Amino acid sequence: MRYHYFPGCSLKGLGRAYDESLRPVMERLGVELAEIDDWNCCGATAYMSTDHCNACALGARNIAIAESSGPGDIVAPCNACYLALNKTRNCLAGDSATRAAVQKALAVAKLTYTGTAAVRHPLEVLVYDVGINVIKRNVVRPLKDLKIAPYYGCQLVRPHCSFDDQWNPTAMDRILTALGARVVDFPLKTRCCGGSLTGTAPEAGLRLTHIILGEAQRRGADLIATICPLCQFNLDSYHDQIARRWGPARIPAVYITQLMGMAFGLPTEQLGLKRNFLPADKLLAAT
Amino acid sequence: MSNDESIRTGFYVCHCGHNISDVVDCTAVARYASTLAGVMVSRDYKYMCSSPGQELIRQDILEHKLNRVVVASCSPLLHEHTFRNAVAAGGLNPFLFQMVNIREHDAWVHADRAAATAKAQALVSAAIRRVALHKPLQATRAPIHPDVLVVGGGIAGIHAALTLANAGKKVYLVERQPSIGGHMAQFDKTFPTLDCAACILTPKMSAVRSHKNIVLWTYSEVAKVDGYVGNYTVTVRRKARYVDENLCVGCQECIDACVFKVPKFPDPFNLGMSMQKPIYIPFPQAVPQAAVIDPDRCIQLKTGKCKKTCVEACADRKAINLNQKEQLLEIKVGSIITATGFKLFDAKRLPEYGYGRYPDVMTTIELERLVSSSGPTGGELRLRSGKPPTAVGFILCVGSRDMRTNRWCSRTCCMHSMKLAQIVRERTGAQVTVFYIDIRAPGKGYEEFYDRSLQQGVQFVRGRVAEVSDCALSPDEAGKLVIRVEDTLAGFVRRVPLDLVVLAVGMEPQADAQEMRRILNMSCSAEGWFLEKHPKMAPVSTFTDGVFIAGCCQGPKDIPDSIAQAGAAAAEALALIDAGGIDQEPNTAYIRGEECSGCKSCISLCPYAAISFDAEKQKAVINPALCKGCGTCVASCPSGSIGQNLFEDQEVFEEINGVLDYV
Repeated sequence: MRYHYFPGCSLKGLGRAYDESLRPVMERLGVELAEIDDWNCCGATAYMSTDHCNACALGARNIAIAESSGPGDIVAPCNACYLALNKTRNCLAGDSATRAAVQKALAVAKLTYTGTAAVRHPLEVLVYDVGINVIKRNVVRPLKDLKIAPYYGCQLVRPHCSFDDQWNPTAMDRILTALGARVVDFPLKTRCCGGSLTGTAPEAGLRLTHIILGEAQRRGADLIATICPLCQFNLDSYHDQIARRWGPARIPAVYITQLMGMAFGLPTEQLGLKRNFLPADKLLAAT
Repeated sequence: MSNDESIRTGFYVCHCGHNISDVVDCTAVARYASTLAGVMVSRDYKYMCSSPGQELIRQDILEHKLNRVVVASCSPLLHEHTFRNAVAAGGLNPFLFQMVNIREHDAWVHADRAAATAKAQALVSAAIRRVALHKPLQATRAPIHPDVLVVGGGIAGIHAALTLANAGKKVYLVERQPSIGGHMAQFDKTFPTLDCAACILTPKMSAVRSHKNIVLWTYSEVAKVDGYVGNYTVTVRRKARYVDENLCVGCQECIDACVFKVPKFPDPFNLGMSMQKPIYIPFPQAVPQAAVIDPDRCIQLKTGKCKKTCVEACADRKAINLNQKEQLLEIKVGSIITATGFKLFDAKRLPEYGYGRYPDVMTTIELERLVSSSGPTGGELRLRSGKPPTAVGFILCVGSRDMRTNRWCSRTCCMHSMKLAQIVRERTGAQVTVFYIDIRAPGKGYEEFYDRSLQQGVQFVRGRVAEVSDCALSPDEAGKLVIRVEDTLAGFVRRVPLDLVVLAVGMEPQADAQEMRRILNMSCSAEGWFLEKHPKMAPVSTFTDGVFIAGCCQGPKDIPDSIAQAGAAAAEALALIDAGGIDQEPNTAYIRGEECSGCKSCISLCPYAAISFDAEKQKAVINPALCKGCGTCVASCPSGSIGQNLFEDQEVFEEINGVLDYV
């Protein structure tokens, strides 16, 4: 199984732990990730809403480079990248004017967009290409008795979700169960984490983050599992401010790939666990 | 043209008020027609379908010795019959007439007056040349079988069957379930009068059972329908019930004696909220009041190794017959009423409302069973925890008026929910909130019922609910189900904590509606409801003559509307039967015997099974009573030896020439 890998800016910066844990876990499962050569920013949500055509060109360049370097789908682990690249694909499939403008821009760089490579999230690849049984077979240290709240964030399932339920996604629940963990029934799976509002309008943004942490605490979760660098950052970085306003809800948030790495028995130092503000490594090591 | 007579044609163009004359210059059309060969009279008139208009035709036939008539007006679907009668009143054969549609095909679809007038003249030229070749024809009259089949034993089917039976007609009522009664049998009370549903339904169910003119076949399905209006042959599949319903008296001793001491299988009548045994009677008022054995659950039927305590208990009555087999029965009927009903929207398709995840999220029909005195709790409303509810919310339009699921309004859910809201308030005193998009209460006494709900303290919040969750953000939400909704009248987002959330699920076509449509050769709307012949003028007829529709299989409706439609369908069937026979259009195909080579290729093509093979003469034979004049065989005959009345080759070519001449 070979895929083009689009890490995106976050996974090279504050979401480094996601990249660090994703690579060895995928390798263990026989998934080859070939990083797209000279990739650029996906444009995220901001650019798409200010300049649609240029934003599509930005996304299409990454897809076009991947397509020209061989067959296979693209894996985009960051929810924002996953959404932006899929929006680009949807737009170029249906809007011939934008497609023509984008092709013209790509031609300058001697690139052509064909739309043959699908953009997929690691969750989808793990559940549908690798398979839950293969994941289960690789578990050497089950995350026994660890109560984990699966938190998917909003961008994976809205507005489109091709592989899971829009309101009640279950792909991560299935992986966590395979790892031996106890999945907490978590109704806020796809509720917004606050996104960039935690930085630009903290009053509104932090309240949203607090709602998720508070509910996870009420439901007795030891950990929150995430699949998006911004979600993980918000849930991990503002504990002091949240505690001051609403009382403490100190539950560590980690990437699903870090949990998989632990369960697969990979060396802890390879999984970027030391990067958490609210450490989870001791908790994980104890299981 | 005919040799022994000269053609004398009368031509009439209708203004249809302003419908045609606003776009087509009718005077110019009449003037043009007067120049064509054989035209003796050419007139324009404001309303040709009026009595003076028809009289004009009759007078002209007598005065000008006309032998052909052409009318340019609306669609033949509307007035071909009218004008044929006028022609006959003048003493001419009614088929020496041709109609031109310059309204639907011209005036209504064009705006350019000159071009529309030219199109009308081209069509008129075609008709005038064609009609000259028409030959006198005779309509044939086919007999009507007086028996009627009613498919579906819900309230619509029951009412239709009783109406027909009371009029002295023999009715076969076929119902798929082991009992008649349909959805109405599950209801506790009915809106807007709050009268007991069982009290008004069960007398009709008993009347069906005892009526001498009704043959009731429950646990049965229509497998096949052949034939045509007045003469249908229907195959009914009677599933094995394993109990002879004529011998069973409904004493239930077999059920008590069953080796399953405790009922352990979900009871569909109570939507799985209570349990039943492999041998059961569907509900207390079931008709027929006879037990049924579920072959997938009965140990004897599954493994052949049971003590058969049920048979012992039945003793001398010998009603239980474990060797009963499915039967295929063939009946002859003249008309068919389809009243196959609807299915409820599956609330799991909207996961944001948590149905199937939260035990205290239920559907309106489940609540209906919970408040019914014959329901699983004897009418006592309890949460799954056993406590009585203190705050109950109804979410309307679940699976209705929604681009993601079904776009239509299910019409009954507003009233149904308000009825349940009043019952819940009366019985428990709980706070009740209804979350709605629009309250639709358009029936007689319905708006007053809405007022009554308000007076009883039912609260209404206008807004489509975003989600139901058990996530508490404040202490008063703890342990509750929380509805998140934008209150579009107050202009903010509300969080409403509740103990019980009721989803007002909408109606959908039956899962096998397409199968039924094929069996009866009907049409379906894009949504899957059976299509009426005309939404206003023929609301219970279908495009298949002799097949009528009633109740929710045609679209969502409440009990009064279903019964009104069932009565209308029964009246249509009665009109058909009491007319004694039906005139058949003589536009049938016929074999030119000497030319037919006996290749049989037409036989399999005929959609009406009207063609057979005469083995002695080695020729195809067309039964004019079955032929619908579709022309498939005519076009496909390799030797060109099939002709068709009113569509002879020369007639069609002459029509084409008429258009081409004008152009």
